[in-house]
Amino acid sequence: MAKVTLVEAVTMAMDHELGHDKDVVIMGEDVGINGGVFRATKGLAQKYGEDRVIDTPLAEAMIAGMAVGMATQGMKPIAEAQFMGFIYPMVEHIVCHAARMRNRTRGRLTCPLVIRAPYGGGIHAPEHHSESTEALFAHIPGLRVVIPSSPTRAYGLLLAAIRSPDPVIFLEPKRIYHWSKEEVENDGEEYPLDMCYVIREGEDVTLVTWGAMMKETLEAADKLAEQGISAEVIDVATISPLDMDTIAESVAKTGRCVIVQEAARHCSLSSEIAANLADQGLYDLQAPVKRVTGYDVIMPLFKMEKKYMPTTERILQAVNQVLEVS
Amino acid sequence: MTTVASFNIDYLQYLTPNGELVGDKKPRIATDFEKLKSIYELMVLTRTFDSKAVALQRTGKLGTYASCLGHEAVHIGIGSAMAESDVFAPMYREYGAQFYRGVKMSEVLNYWGGDERGSNFSGPQHDFPWCVPIATQCTHAAGAAMAMKLRGEKRAAVSVVGDGGSSKGDFLEAINAASAFTLPMVLMIVNNQWAISVPRKKQSAGRTLAQKGLAGGLPSLQVDGNDYIAVYTAVRAALKRAYEGKGATVIEAITYRLSDHTTADDASRYRPDDEVENARQFEPIKRMRKYLMSNKQWNEQLENQLLETSKKEVEEAVDEYLSSGNPGVASMFDYMFADMPHTLEAQKQYALDLEEKSNG
Repeated sequence: MAKVTLVEAVTMAMDHELGHDKDVVIMGEDVGINGGVFRATKGLAQKYGEDRVIDTPLAEAMIAGMAVGMATQGMKPIAEAQFMGFIYPMVEHIVCHAARMRNRTRGRLTCPLVIRAPYGGGIHAPEHHSESTEALFAHIPGLRVVIPSSPTRAYGLLLAAIRSPDPVIFLEPKRIYHWSKEEVENDGEEYPLDMCYVIREGEDVTLVTWGAMMKETLEAADKLAEQGISAEVIDVATISPLDMDTIAESVAKTGRCVIVQEAARHCSLSSEIAANLADQGLYDLQAPVKRVTGYDVIMPLFKMEKKYMPTTERILQAVNQVLEVS
Repeated sequence: MTTVASFNIDYLQYLTPNGELVGDKKPRIATDFEKLKSIYELMVLTRTFDSKAVALQRTGKLGTYASCLGHEAVHIGIGSAMAESDVFAPMYREYGAQFYRGVKMSEVLNYWGGDERGSNFSGPQHDFPWCVPIATQCTHAAGAAMAMKLRGEKRAAVSVVGDGGSSKGDFLEAINAASAFTLPMVLMIVNNQWAISVPRKKQSAGRTLAQKGLAGGLPSLQVDGNDYIAVYTAVRAALKRAYEGKGATVIEAITYRLSDHTTADDASRYRPDDEVENARQFEPIKRMRKYLMSNKQWNEQLENQLLETSKKEVEEAVDEYLSSGNPGVASMFDYMFADMPHTLEAQKQYALDLEEKSNG
């Protein structure tokens, strides 16, 4: 079994589906012979040909519009937005068409597409290459929004996304593309969408996160363990539809919750989780829910990006605050 | 300096506003009178439907409705040139094309009557629903054409935009995609001179809108959009080209919006009456009738019969629409996903309980 990084697991999943389903095609800018700017489609054009792994003209609205058109005709396009900062010309097609197609035709036409986009900061990238705007898509009814945080889940969740009869926005935390390696078997085994994954069990506090912040969250959990504090860590994984039951169940056990996200704070996924805990789990809580988030500012250029991003220390501080309440 | 490329835009017309057949090489359709009579019947039915739909809106029995008055030749020209296996990507007033393809009048009314069931329409099931966000249907058609090309099928996709829509990125990006991928598609511009209140000349200083296709290296032409024979012939030729793997064509059909933009609009605020009066002499139904009559294919008696049967058919459609009822609370939830997430299941149950209480 191969040990692979998150981005290699993404490639493996697409390779598997290209090999098993002739309706699957990849399309985007530089996805062909170049293998994508992050090498996510490395070797696929060479293996499957330029009709399956399609370099498109540089036009994001066109990529999304064509993906909608192809999906309604029974194909399963995986369209790449090179960076999430360039996804906005696609938004009209995602919101006005992909998300609505099944509903507005009463199921006559469906839109089984995947739009992949690397997202998030911390890699010293130019302007527009570092934002975390996943909540925009989580707000849109009719979309599934999926964010993996490990090679294993990247492989299994992307397989499920490609096979899903519904449109999926698949956001890849590029800061952890090469963070860890895991043994991932290329066996076509998918992971269920629409559920959160408890990736470390604990008793004292629940840490909820997704995407690249998993790195700092696990570091915080390790440090807490050294102090004899046992943290349960949840990877939200599918941010919409949101599996609140798993989160609420964990909080019922620990009584304390810290939500960690890289995105700006206002009207974000952490807001939604906190609101749901107030609704579903208030009497289980022994302390207020704390959020460790980005600030409500424009993502700074890279000289200051480390000052924007939540750190392990900030997570520990929040955990200490919720533990102090008794 | 040398010329590296030069272009021209042809204009195609067979039927003059007086119903006279012109042009050197007459297409076969010009003398296929059985076909032309059935087309004329559909044009009249479409207009009967259209004026009834406007009346329904005025009496509070229909929501906002986009009239197709004056577009009958171009719409039915497109619809009748297409094969059933082709994919149609309309904007939102191409009823004539859709009726030809099997969409029912009651379904159009359902849509404008505020009911999603309208877009689950009859006819080819692969056709796109109405597309209100302007020009986005063009890239969808390009995607459908891409699917056909990848699968090696002898089919094509046809998109329609207006003169306003031709200013949008999606239209231009679809032209570019059709060019880069040699897609089997036809991009129609139905230039009816007005994008709500903005006249054609404010959309572009270009002499034609068809020439936008030249930027993608696509064959691009204008047709008289009030001349069924010209529209049919141009679309047919473009489709043949697409089936043969030679790529896409841009066709600008020149017509005139004789109605308001929609029933929510009042064109008298921005459009001179004499312009509209003048445009009436070029309208498509009159010239087709003249052509059929001058060839002894039509007469007043047939005309009266047709008006009567059309009216009856429209009344039946209206009855069907008015008795279609409410789609039901559950239907808001049931088509969101292939498998309903349990969170949505809970919201559905809540909405159903509310409904039961308010009914009980």
